[in-house]
Amino acid sequence: MNTVTLTIDGVKVTVPANYTILEAAREANVNIPTLCYLKDVNQIGACRICLVEVKGARGLQAACVSPVGDGMEVKTNTEKLRKYRRFNLELILSNHNRECTTCIRSNSCELQTLCSQLGVNDYPYDGEKSVTKVDDVGPSIVRDNSKCIVCRRCVSTCNNIQDIGAIGVSQRGFKTTIGCIYGKSLAESPCVNCGQCITACPVGALHEKENIDDVWAALNDPNKHVVVQTAPAVRATLGEEFGLPIGTSVTGKMVAALRRLGFAKVFDTDFGADLTIVEEGTELIHRLKEGGVLPMITSCSPGWVKYCETFYPEFIPNLSSCKSPHEMTGAIIKSYYAEKAGIDPKDIYVVSIMPCTAKKFEAQRPELSNNGLQDVDAVLTVRELAKMIKAAGIDFARLPDEDYDKLLGESTGAGVIFGATGGVMEAALRTVYELVTGKTLENVDLTAVRGTDGIKEAEIDLNGKTVRVAVAHGTGNASKLLDMVKNGEKQYDFIEIMGCPGGCVTGGGTPIRSATEVSYIDLKRARAKALYNEDRSKAKRKSHENAELKQLYKDFLGEFGGHKAHELLHTHYQKRDKYTFED
Amino acid sequence: MKDKVALREEGSAATRIVVGMATCGIAAGARPVLNTFVEEVSKAGLLDKVMVTQTGCIGICQYEPVVEVYTPSGKVTYVKVTPEKAKRIVEEHIKGGKVITEYTIGNK
Amino acid sequence: MIRSHVLICAGSGCTSSKSLYVKEALEKELVRHHLEDEIKVVQTGCFGLCALGPIMIIYPEGTFYSMVTVEDVPEIVEEHLLKGRVVTRLTYKDPAKEEESGPTSLSDTLFFKKQKRVALRNCGVINPENIDEYIAMDGYTALGKVLTEMTPEQVIQVIKDSGLRGRGGGGFPTGMKWQFAANNQADQKYVVCNADEGDPGAFMDRSILEGDPHSVLEAMAIAGYAIGANEGYIYVRAEYPIAIQRLQIAIDQARKYNLLGKNIFNSGFDFDIYLRFGAGAFVCGEETALLTSIEGHRGEPRPRPPFPAVKGLFGKPTIINNVETYANIPEIINKGAEWFQAMGTEKSKGTKVFALGGKIRHTGLVEIPMGTTLREIVYEIGGGIPGGKKFKAAQTGGPSGGCIPASLIDTPVDYDTLTAIGSMMGSGGLIVMDEDNCMVDIAKFFLRFTVDESCGKCVPCRIGTRRMLEILDRITEGKGEEGDIEKLEEMGYSIKATALCGLGQTAPNPVLSTIRYFRDEYEAHIKEKRCPAHVCKALAQYSINPELCKGCSLCAKKCPVGAISGELKKTYVIDVSKCIKCGVCMEVCKFGAVEKK
Repeated sequence: MNTVTLTIDGVKVTVPANYTILEAAREANVNIPTLCYLKDVNQIGACRICLVEVKGARGLQAACVSPVGDGMEVKTNTEKLRKYRRFNLELILSNHNRECTTCIRSNSCELQTLCSQLGVNDYPYDGEKSVTKVDDVGPSIVRDNSKCIVCRRCVSTCNNIQDIGAIGVSQRGFKTTIGCIYGKSLAESPCVNCGQCITACPVGALHEKENIDDVWAALNDPNKHVVVQTAPAVRATLGEEFGLPIGTSVTGKMVAALRRLGFAKVFDTDFGADLTIVEEGTELIHRLKEGGVLPMITSCSPGWVKYCETFYPEFIPNLSSCKSPHEMTGAIIKSYYAEKAGIDPKDIYVVSIMPCTAKKFEAQRPELSNNGLQDVDAVLTVRELAKMIKAAGIDFARLPDEDYDKLLGESTGAGVIFGATGGVMEAALRTVYELVTGKTLENVDLTAVRGTDGIKEAEIDLNGKTVRVAVAHGTGNASKLLDMVKNGEKQYDFIEIMGCPGGCVTGGGTPIRSATEVSYIDLKRARAKALYNEDRSKAKRKSHENAELKQLYKDFLGEFGGHKAHELLHTHYQKRDKYTFED
Repeated sequence: MKDKVALREEGSAATRIVVGMATCGIAAGARPVLNTFVEEVSKAGLLDKVMVTQTGCIGICQYEPVVEVYTPSGKVTYVKVTPEKAKRIVEEHIKGGKVITEYTIGNK
Repeated sequence: MIRSHVLICAGSGCTSSKSLYVKEALEKELVRHHLEDEIKVVQTGCFGLCALGPIMIIYPEGTFYSMVTVEDVPEIVEEHLLKGRVVTRLTYKDPAKEEESGPTSLSDTLFFKKQKRVALRNCGVINPENIDEYIAMDGYTALGKVLTEMTPEQVIQVIKDSGLRGRGGGGFPTGMKWQFAANNQADQKYVVCNADEGDPGAFMDRSILEGDPHSVLEAMAIAGYAIGANEGYIYVRAEYPIAIQRLQIAIDQARKYNLLGKNIFNSGFDFDIYLRFGAGAFVCGEETALLTSIEGHRGEPRPRPPFPAVKGLFGKPTIINNVETYANIPEIINKGAEWFQAMGTEKSKGTKVFALGGKIRHTGLVEIPMGTTLREIVYEIGGGIPGGKKFKAAQTGGPSGGCIPASLIDTPVDYDTLTAIGSMMGSGGLIVMDEDNCMVDIAKFFLRFTVDESCGKCVPCRIGTRRMLEILDRITEGKGEEGDIEKLEEMGYSIKATALCGLGQTAPNPVLSTIRYFRDEYEAHIKEKRCPAHVCKALAQYSINPELCKGCSLCAKKCPVGAISGELKKTYVIDVSKCIKCGVCMEVCKFGAVEKK
């Protein structure tokens, strides 16, 4: 690799020639402050906070986009630079809704942090503020442009990473705003509710539509039997909200906290994941045998499902008819569990704790219901759950580990890894292999589909038949993969697609890390590690070995992919228009 | 190429009426002026001897429409030309050989 | 002994144009110079030339001065009556006499003689829709010469030697730009022409495109050969329909003559040009925003480096030059670098086209050698300031430039001197201002333009310029505060230092340069709540001069808010607290009794 040597604040560093000054500075242990910068997503030099002095250059340079050069002399921390950084922060504040105490991002706001670090302690440039309105029409995402600082991290995420383009920049100058076409609501746009814009946002302009109050109300209602379930990725991320290191698994403490919040039963969406695998695996085997539509594509990710319905409706027949794991669990809670516990399903209130904002939209899909009851009544993100735990005064870090409730609380390692990209594929192959071949799969670690490459491929031999599989995460990668399938460049039998880059562990409902942190840490890998560790520690690592699941089929559902299973656990999809407003 | 370059020498011998037809000229009314010149020269039966053509902005936009008449004896610049003035220019200058000084650049 | 008689018309026409004030001023001035015993002032009746009043005739010479103002009086006394020199700028030109003496050809006018037309050489000369006429003016010989006799390196060397600098504003050496692009190896390179002329009042590029489109095409092909590109784009604003039409005609004709297309001049060199239309965003004149726009995205600048010569259009090495820059190229190739070098100043070679506007007699387009002084441009080429008003300042560089005060009127106009005095060459707008222009108002006008045209990408331009404008608005509304000037300076310098592109980095210039040279005007607005030029409406004070008021009551009847009261045939008065400063009273008064301060 070509390297160059440069001096940053008097420190000599040798870095790869394709580095930016910002990246090189980190090698010199200098953190140049940034605001609009988001590694690999938004590198546009717009906020002017990271300006540095480069000897011999025409003017100040934005460190986040300026390439390094051999012999370069960079100063990152002069009186002049500190003054200019404060100046631009003060300008941003002059058009910012500064109701910080009530802001959802209070204490996790990058603007707030910068202002405090750089000593901004006045508002010298106050003037007329932009006229904005709050878009809270949709079920998942709320946009409040009074907080927006027009850094465009959300826009780049939606356009360049997710390839959706629901939001963009409109108007010019001071009136420049971020939003949907014609100022319409996200709910009328092709937005798939993935929430990647929320985790990209440095301030409080974007957040999930909170359902905390609905859940508190249900918990306080003596006539409601409130049952909660937690998705695989929640245990791998919730600890971060309580200051634990990234990648700490907090399954036992989480279950304990949920009980203390007053939930009647704490079930595991991982159980639903195992259930999904046996149903989806059965469906795949059926499609392979009967000449069904291939490649079959997973349907666990509601962001991806809406993306498919909106942008690739021709692939709707390829989507597995399986409901997603928490919807399956919800359906089973309101049938099997209700029956066993002797509770009227009408009185059961199912809460899903999800790393996802699209799950809020999914839970409202009319087809995901049974006998007029939605399978899931409320969806909370990891962040919302953390707020409830904090509000309840629970000392999370010191909680004892507790186990899930029986009946729908057991899970295998296969269910756990659902939370990472490639996890569903790996879990499905573990089961499909054994169901088709009748042989025991000795090495269950199918590493070819792990990792954070945008598109991953593998082949597996099933009794002499080679099954070709692919994995994509993030709708942008999904789009690339589907285009290759469409134009015949690639052929597959089975594809896993997750709407969010990295899969659920970096979903739109997970804890928000600052841009500085995510440029140091590979968040996708660090969080996935917690899941793979848990998988390895489990005695059972194949979904079809789940004892409670076997009991469920024996007592209630009958065979895998049978009639009752279809009624409760499968669904259908619809083509959607990109825009739902008329003009 | 050579024959094209020769055009310049040829052109300088004949009488040419050049109307400024840039945005400034057109905005000031050069189009009807150009049309009038074409009509009047045609009516006078001088089409083979007098060329009516257009050109771009010469820089004196406030005096548009500007018309320059090239004859073997030199160039005359008429300013703020109207179709009426155009008729008189053809009548007196082109046919009669007498420059209408009151319409020219130095006497606006 | 009386040696001179000064006749001042006191007819009603001249009186309404304030001849009596002129007489008063003249008498005072004569006393000041102790000439009251030598020169007799005579009030006369109407001369019949009321439109030119106030009129003054000085005997025995019979010098005829027209449109004389009070301000002209000291000059007349000093120059004419004391030193015996006629103040020619005030003398009346007799149309009957001029018929014999005035030039009949544009070429003989001072306006034209002082010019040196290189970029504009064919404008107004050839028919732009006829390629043969361009060829007849040696068109495409430069391209032929380049393709058949010169190596790309030699072409670049000629352009470098010529000293040609970018005419779009920045003034970057064109040859260097070409060299950078030539040095970068790539499978594809591009030549782009920036024809997104957007400065208010500037139309140099439009005139070249409308008058001589082939010169740009030829130059782009030459540039393509020099850097190794075979595709060119002209980004022209959609508001220039005639330019677009003529460019398209020119491209079609050039293709027909195989001066564009494959194997031009049998040299094996291929080059073609395509048009792209800008949709009216000023920022798209900034080179990286222009490239982004051609690529089909929202026109917004991107940070440099990497420069377009390294990573330009579609990520490929690209040179981007402005229309006027290109228009110079064929002439430089034809006549040589030395010929071009001989014109201009040490660091600014050649000529520059300016769009003259504002308070000047000859508005229009002029091309002058670099280094011509502002005085020559204003007084000799531009014919001076109409109405006998005083030159106050010239604004160059449009919204990116600044104001040059009267004290610097002898500044030679070139890139570096203009930058040094806080303005810039810009694309060539030159707006002349006289004593009736308020400099705070002028700064506000230009800043408002950039505020509206900011793309909104970077913080300092998006928010900072707007905040500066809010302060200017306050100042001109009489709500200025102590410290505003310092705040404007502070913000201006910070925006200049931190904005992303050239538009933002220069946006504060109109404000900073007016503060630099006209700080007292800002102070008058802020501290005395007074607009010295009587422009800022909110600061105007209307009053009725009791000596002139006839008590006709018309003003009171017309006043929309009932701020004027009085009795018929007696002096009327304006209630300042009620007055909304609409100016109707002043317009309707037949006696000039309403005064604005």
